[in-house]
Amino acid sequence: MPESLISARGLTKKYGDFTAVDAIDFDVAKGESFGLLGPNGAGKSTTMRIIAATSQRTSGSISILGRDPEEHGPQIRAHLGVVPQQDNLDGELTVTENLFIYGRYFGLSKKFIRNKIEELLDFAQLQEKRDSKVEALSGGMKRRLTIARALVSEPDILMLDEPTTGLDPQARHILWDRLFRLKETGVTLVITTHFMDEAEQLCDRLVVMDKGKIMAEGSPLELIKKYSTKEVLEVRFGSERNKEVAPVLRDMCSRIEELPDRILMYVEDGEALLEEIVAKKLHPTTSLVRRSSLEDVFLRLTGRSLIE
Amino acid sequence: MKTAVEIADARANRFGHQLYAGRARAILERGFIALRSSTWVPIATGFVEPVLYLLAFGYGMSELIGNVDSGRGTVDYAVFIAPGLLATSAMNGAIYDSTWNVFFKLNESKLYQGMLATPLGPLDVALGEITWALLRGLSYAIAFMAVTAPLGLVPGISAILAIPAAVFIAFGFASFGMAITSYFKTYQQMGMINIVLLPMFLFSGSLYPISVYPDWLEFLIQLFPSWHGIELVRDIWFGYWDAGTFIHLGYFCVMIVTGLYFTTRRLRNLFMR
Amino acid sequence: MNSGINVTKIRARGAAYVAEARIAQMMKWKGIIAIVAIGNPLFYLVAIGIGIGVLVNENSGTSGTGGVEYITFIAPALLASAALTGALDEAMFPVMEGFKWRKLFYAINSTPINPGQIVLGVFIGALARVVFTVVCYWALLIAFGVVTISESWDVIPITIFAAGAFAAVIMGVTASVKNEDYFMTVLNRMIIMPMFLFSGTFFPLSSMPIFIQPIGWISPLWHATELGRYFSYGYSISSTMLVIHFGYLIGMMIVGFKLANQKFAERLAK
Repeated sequence: MPESLISARGLTKKYGDFTAVDAIDFDVAKGESFGLLGPNGAGKSTTMRIIAATSQRTSGSISILGRDPEEHGPQIRAHLGVVPQQDNLDGELTVTENLFIYGRYFGLSKKFIRNKIEELLDFAQLQEKRDSKVEALSGGMKRRLTIARALVSEPDILMLDEPTTGLDPQARHILWDRLFRLKETGVTLVITTHFMDEAEQLCDRLVVMDKGKIMAEGSPLELIKKYSTKEVLEVRFGSERNKEVAPVLRDMCSRIEELPDRILMYVEDGEALLEEIVAKKLHPTTSLVRRSSLEDVFLRLTGRSLIE
Repeated sequence: MKTAVEIADARANRFGHQLYAGRARAILERGFIALRSSTWVPIATGFVEPVLYLLAFGYGMSELIGNVDSGRGTVDYAVFIAPGLLATSAMNGAIYDSTWNVFFKLNESKLYQGMLATPLGPLDVALGEITWALLRGLSYAIAFMAVTAPLGLVPGISAILAIPAAVFIAFGFASFGMAITSYFKTYQQMGMINIVLLPMFLFSGSLYPISVYPDWLEFLIQLFPSWHGIELVRDIWFGYWDAGTFIHLGYFCVMIVTGLYFTTRRLRNLFMR
Repeated sequence: MNSGINVTKIRARGAAYVAEARIAQMMKWKGIIAIVAIGNPLFYLVAIGIGIGVLVNENSGTSGTGGVEYITFIAPALLASAALTGALDEAMFPVMEGFKWRKLFYAINSTPINPGQIVLGVFIGALARVVFTVVCYWALLIAFGVVTISESWDVIPITIFAAGAFAAVIMGVTASVKNEDYFMTVLNRMIIMPMFLFSGTFFPLSSMPIFIQPIGWISPLWHATELGRYFSYGYSISSTMLVIHFGYLIGMMIVGFKLANQKFAERLAK
């Protein structure tokens, strides 16, 4: 077992009667990329804030780099780079000024920060925008700047809360590329997301969260193997006929899921199943064979979709 | 060269290290950087307000009012209101900086959230923001003094102490204002601040001695921080120290300490609980 | 299929719809608007009218204020200033919000409602606030016994009219501004504040040095105040000056509307 940077046991956070995080256990090893996957309100962000020592647990235990955040908040935060869900860049300052002052919040020397800024601007591909005010940046640039800002103190752990929510596909890919590079340098990543593709792309290991609880844990591949079939056949018969056809389809494979607009059929060989359906003269209006994803894992575990 | 971790670890066993990282100056530094690129007009015009009041009331009204009994001897009306206006503008400036500005940074730009994700503590943020507001107040107070002295409204050299006095009362209002603002969530609630402040300032004796009022109202006014602020600056302006002066000083000491206590606690509860 | 959308009707009543939306927006602030409408006159009358009134009375009696009590002298001025402040709020903020903060006007403009109707709608909304403010203020003046109903009722339409002229100009100017960020601060400190102080509100304008007096001459508040005094307690004004006061305010109304219509159309066409 490699060195564990973060270790939580029975971690619980309550807000009044509401339990946001419900007795969860997890470990994050040094250098790994750890994901918290779940829909909005699953307790991911709360867990992140507890790790970041900006929220105190109600019960259970957690240690970050061997320390308790309740006792050593500032010391733990010195090890972390935090990228919050909503950018909170300093709108009155330029790109470089944002990086500079953030370094000063950590108490770093001006000289150190000045050198660091050049490196970070290259990394975030923001050299051309270095003297622009934050307002003038696109959503993707702001996100990259927020990540660069979190790196100014050379953190051991980078915390990313929904890093690509709200970005267009191209901006997402640029961002993922940057995070890959970061991983290669040995930074430990903790990522929350409700995008299964993002979790599959970025996470070595992840926990699936729902309603404050951990439903499953493993690598994306392990989870898919364990909780889903190799392929999925998606068929649509039109909203009226779906209900009618569903009982027939249920007998044709091990598991089906009826969604409002389509039916998912879990099988090893999708094409073969589709041929069978056509042979029965049940002509779907559309059909699609695809590989199983974490979305299917989530559906299996909770009976609900990730994105609602 | 020290790393972020070494810097934080060095304070790990100090008293209050969770609340204060000893770097309020980083917040000030942010203020100066922001100032460099901001437009100068709003800042420069800040000191115009008390001067305009002085011109309007001091000269416009002096024909109607003549001399006033200041409680420290009878003086020309313009002389009477000058320290009152200095105190009022110091308090108003501190209130503006610690309410609307803080509200924006708390709720819109989420700036404090970003600061408190670093090893900085809530007391760093509170002290830094308040000190920044006071620096601005200090420059306005100096400018006001520079305008009133050549007009012959400053009675003596010791009146220069009214400048630190103005900053001191601004400190009280800023720390208290920030604490109150941290409880507010909507713009409507923020609007209430102005409504409460209007009577407080109108009645607190910056433009006339409160002895014109019936006893009960006079007593009520003497509870307001604005009255203590105006009286303190007026005492010092006229070099008239008595027991009352020390009561005013004590009043603001209490206000500063309570304000800082609540601001720190609130920031911690908002961002670190 | 009939969607129930009657374009002719919307065309005809566009301004009314915009005004309705504005008033609905103001209702979110109804508590504050009501407290300001009642608290503002109350505090000013007691603090300035009575507080400073005592000093004025002790020193110069009624000689400096044309033979009336100080409170009677400042009442119409405070009324006008409250009306203009209300007009400023409801003319400036909606325009900033409409073009910059929430870009509401662009949404409205994509319906059959045209820019001119947006101008008129916002104006009507501002006027609604002014009417409420003025009526509250006047009722308090009556309650305080500062003015009498029969003598001073005509102050109401005059003051509303002056505030309307001011609102029109503010709408036009706000729509012309590109850098909203410090426009408000500059407007407040460099225009509204001097206007409030140097429009003969608290003392006769003539007691100011001559080089300050022009601030009053161009200020709608001064014209509104002079008219207010004339209509509320029979302050004497030459008929030439009456014509000038009215003429100036009418001129402001026309110029304001022209500018607002033009700037709204320009910005919405972008």
